[in-house]
Amino acid sequence: MAVEVAELTHGTADLVLIGIQRRGVELAERIAKLIEKDEGVTVPRGALDITLYRDDLETVGPKPVIGETHLPVDLTGKHAVIVDDVLYTGRTVRAALDELADFGRPKRISLCVLVDRGGRELPIQADVIGQKVKTGPGERVEVQVEELDGHDQVDLVR
Amino acid sequence: MTATLGKDLVGLEHLTPEQIRLILDTAEPFKEVSERPIKKVPALRGKTIVNLFFEASTRTRISFEFAEKRLSADTVNVAATGSSVSKGETLVDTAKNLEAMRIDMVVIRHPSSGAAEFLGQRIRSNVVNAGDGKHEHPTQALLDLLTIRDKHGRIEGLKVCLVGDVLHSRVARSNIWGLTKLGAQVGVCGPYTLMPRGIEELGVKFFPRIEDAIEWADVLNVLRLQLERMEKGFIPSLREYYRVWGVTPERLERSPRPVTIMHPGPMNRGVEIDSRVADGPHSVILDQVTNGVAVRMAVLYLLAGGRPELADAAKRGAE
Repeated sequence: MAVEVAELTHGTADLVLIGIQRRGVELAERIAKLIEKDEGVTVPRGALDITLYRDDLETVGPKPVIGETHLPVDLTGKHAVIVDDVLYTGRTVRAALDELADFGRPKRISLCVLVDRGGRELPIQADVIGQKVKTGPGERVEVQVEELDGHDQVDLVR
Repeated sequence: MTATLGKDLVGLEHLTPEQIRLILDTAEPFKEVSERPIKKVPALRGKTIVNLFFEASTRTRISFEFAEKRLSADTVNVAATGSSVSKGETLVDTAKNLEAMRIDMVVIRHPSSGAAEFLGQRIRSNVVNAGDGKHEHPTQALLDLLTIRDKHGRIEGLKVCLVGDVLHSRVARSNIWGLTKLGAQVGVCGPYTLMPRGIEELGVKFFPRIEDAIEWADVLNVLRLQLERMEKGFIPSLREYYRVWGVTPERLERSPRPVTIMHPGPMNRGVEIDSRVADGPHSVILDQVTNGVAVRMAVLYLLAGGRPELADAAKRGAE
C-alpha cells in the first residue's frame, strides 16, 4: 500500500498523510514509515477527528471523548492522502473532506483504506485499497492494530 | 457505560463525578478548534441558541457567544434592558415567545436563584445556567476545574481555597460542589460577614486568616469583592479589606510551595488581589478565560446531542 501511495502522488514532495482517528492514525504512521524507509525522505503526517463534522449528532449522540486533530503543515498546494481502516458508507470520508477544506486548499485529496467493505451511501471511492471484502448490512468489519490493540487482525463479525 | 448530561445544565450540585469528567474530557479537543485558521466546526449547524441575559455580563456572555459561533450555531442575544422584559413580561412568557420562534437552546443569566431550573422545567429547549442569583454558575466552575487539571495534572487530593465574598458568590458554590465531587479538599477564607452560616456542612474548611489559607492551599481562587457590598456594611472599607484579606506577593512568599492563582474576573486590582500577583508567574487567570470557551463548547455540544434512546438505535445500524 505504501508503494501505491508513493506512486499515486508521483514522488513524495507534496505528500501529506492524514489518518482518521483512531485506527487510521496508526495506519498512516506505518505507511509513512515505510515510504520514509524506501525513499529516504520525511513524510509529514497528521491526525483528523471528524466527530464534529458528522451529520448524525442527533441520532448517534455525542461520542464519549473526541480525539485529537492536528495537521503538521498548511495543506494548501499539497497532495493530501486520507488514511482510514474501513471504508463503508462513505460518510466518514465526506466529513473528513469537509474538515480538510477548513484547513486549506490541497491541490489533490486521495483516499487510502485497509478494507473496502462496500455498502456506500455516497459517491465516494478509494484510490488505494488493501483488501476488498463483500459484506452485508448486519455485519461489521473490525480492524485491530498492534499499537492500540496489541496485535494486527481484521475480523468480520456477524 | 457513557454518561450523558440530560436536557439542562442547571448546576454542579446534581451532576455525578462521571458527568463532570465527561464535560472536562470533551472540552479538551475543543481547545484545539480555537487554534485553527478557521475557528469553526459544523457540529451545531442549524441550531438556534438564545443568550438571555437579565444581568450585566461581558466575559460570560462573550465566551458563550464564541462557543456557540465556533460550533456553527445561530445565536441571538437578548438583554433585559431594551426588551419586553423592561415592559414587565414574565420570564416564562419571554421564553415561551422565543420558543414559538423555534429555538433549540437558552443560555440564561438571571438575578434570582433557581431561575434556570424554573425555566428548564417549563420549556422544551435545553437550558444552560450562566449564573442564577447566589445559586450556581456551573460553567465558571467547570472552566476552573479544567484550568486546575491543566496546571496540576489532577484535581483529586489538591487543596483549593476560595477567598473572599463566599456569601454572595454563585461561583464559590459551584466550585465547592465540583471540587468536592472530584476529590479535592476545599477551603474558604474571608471575613465572617461574607461567609454563609453553616458553610462547613458542605465539607469545606474555614480559614479565618488569609495567611493560614495560603500556607494550606495548592490553589487560591480569589473571588471578586462586589463593591456594592461595602455600602451595605459587610466590610469597613476597601483599603481595610486589602490590608487584611488582599492576596499579595508578600503573603504568598511565606507559602512552602508555589500557589496557583485564579480569579473569575472582573478583578478589583488592589482590593482582593494585588496586581503583582494577578500578573505573576503562578497566575492562570487568562488560561481560565481561554478554557471558558472550550468548556462551554463541550456543554453545548453534549446537551445538543444527548438523546440516548436514538443513539442506541443508530449504533446498531451504523458502521
